[in-house]
Amino acid sequence: MTQGPATRPFKFAGCVELRQALDVHALDVRELRQRIEEAPAGAIFFHTFGYFLRHRVFTTAYGNDFARWTANEIGDQALAERLAVVDPFAFSNIDDLREHLVTILQDHLRGREAERRVEFDRGFHFQQSQVVEVPLGVAAQTLGEFRGGLATVDESAIYLHTVETRARQRHAESFADWVREALEMPELAERFERIDPYLTTIERIRGRLLSLVDVALDEARR
Amino acid sequence: MSRIDDYRRVATPGAVDFILKLAEQVQGRRFLSVTSGRLGGGAAEALRTAMPILSELGVDTRWEVTGGDTAYYTTARSLQAALEGEERVLSDEGLARWVDMNGLNAKKLDLEADVTVVHDSQPASLVSARTGGRWVWRCHFDCSSAQPGPWTFFRRFADQYDAAVFGLPGFEGRLGIPMYIVAPSIDPLSERNRDLAPREVSEILTSLGVARDKPLLVQVARFARACDPLGVINAYRLVKKHHDVRLVLAGTADGEPERLELLSQLLEAAHEDRDVIVLELPPEAHRQVNALQRAATIVLQKSVRAEFDLGPAEAMWKGKPVVGGYAGGLAQQIITNVTGYTVHSVEGAAFRIRHLLNNPELIPRMGAAGREHVRRSFLITRELVDGLALGVHLTR
Repeated sequence: MTQGPATRPFKFAGCVELRQALDVHALDVRELRQRIEEAPAGAIFFHTFGYFLRHRVFTTAYGNDFARWTANEIGDQALAERLAVVDPFAFSNIDDLREHLVTILQDHLRGREAERRVEFDRGFHFQQSQVVEVPLGVAAQTLGEFRGGLATVDESAIYLHTVETRARQRHAESFADWVREALEMPELAERFERIDPYLTTIERIRGRLLSLVDVALDEARR
Repeated sequence: MSRIDDYRRVATPGAVDFILKLAEQVQGRRFLSVTSGRLGGGAAEALRTAMPILSELGVDTRWEVTGGDTAYYTTARSLQAALEGEERVLSDEGLARWVDMNGLNAKKLDLEADVTVVHDSQPASLVSARTGGRWVWRCHFDCSSAQPGPWTFFRRFADQYDAAVFGLPGFEGRLGIPMYIVAPSIDPLSERNRDLAPREVSEILTSLGVARDKPLLVQVARFARACDPLGVINAYRLVKKHHDVRLVLAGTADGEPERLELLSQLLEAAHEDRDVIVLELPPEAHRQVNALQRAATIVLQKSVRAEFDLGPAEAMWKGKPVVGGYAGGLAQQIITNVTGYTVHSVEGAAFRIRHLLNNPELIPRMGAAGREHVRRSFLITRELVDGLALGVHLTR
């Protein structure tokens, strides 16, 4: 592991998720399956990965909006559980994730005639988001400076540099890429990437990142 | 007047700095808001709070107001009601007059801006006079059940905008432009929501004639069928069989005949039971509402049809669990089992109230969770972030 200055500075950025309504709605599970099949990739992202930005403190047990709606509005706890255990981070692209969700719903619907249908205001309203990146004016050239920024930046920055950069192309750089390439610390980068962001809060991810950085700083001091 | 730095002590850590960074990104751009008036609630109330803060942030922002004659206002009111789903008779002549008057408004007003945000339906046809910049239609109501004819007429104007903004997913009508979602918010430093000393709360309640010798159930809402105050009384009566509580219904009747009739029914119920208190308050009684919500043990918001009533957010900000109807924005604000409960019936409301009164340790726990939920999702700082981010997105 090296501890020298990075070959390029890390620039922290936060983000705002501008939510966009798609005028696409599902009022029962059959429609949910159909709409998931047709919805833009951004909508699948919003209702799965984006869930972690919106549920900061009250991370519910559902893990994505489809599972939450199925539990709360349709009242089908068994289906909700099957959808909840879908870890979006386990898929290499959105289409594979979409296919997996559709397969679960298709399997659930097999042999069923009637499904509970809800009124429009309780329907599943598909959305997607435009993520606006906001440079925070905080930069790091060393691991110590990186720690300082990591500890204090707005929590949307943690989401942007971990979840968003992992799943979608962004201007902002991922924490792991910078540590690997600019600090030349591939082991630390690998540890960053092993952090499981599923079913946790952004603040807990921050805490785990800080612990890993502290260990690396301690090792370098010895 | 609140200064942006005052929000540091109430908003999430880093929120104010984040707003300052976003504001830097829109420096040099001109923003314009257009409404049908400067007084009252809704858009005007939100702008009265936001405009001074945006000015302090150095954002170039102006506010224009449309006007017209009696026929213009009559048609504008009917059109708005029809877009909200009510049956209305709209004549071709009246609609033509509305369009013509907004044409005159467009000539009188200074509409030069990089981003023009037109609020609700009355000034919406101004967009026909657009010469430059980006135009946004900000809809503060639920138009998902608009009457088809009026919506078809209105859509020819709405589709001329670059984007529309709604308060809740599902509130949108069919449009061919991008539709964004920005939930409304409360101002934690306003007279209605600022901290009150316990002595102040006691004094205000004494002046209102509300004793605090038993748990208080409070609903603050218009005396309208949509807010179901009679259902609240029935829920209270079910609870009263088991718990010695007092119910306070505070609201306005606005002089409307249907609401006045409802108010008289409520007063009759109050006459029969000394623990039911009905308070008709003026719209500007923010301090009294603040004190009532702070004195409440449980806040009720049993609306059966709601736009985006922020009553639950106000109550949760004051650390109160909320039992609310499942309507409009209420279900969006209340996290069931965490900050309160959403209910579908009088019996359901009574059941949840009894559950809380029988398990009093839940009350402060839910109250604290509610305050934190509001801090993150329903304070004006979050709405400023969304608004500025939309400005950045539209002008980059």
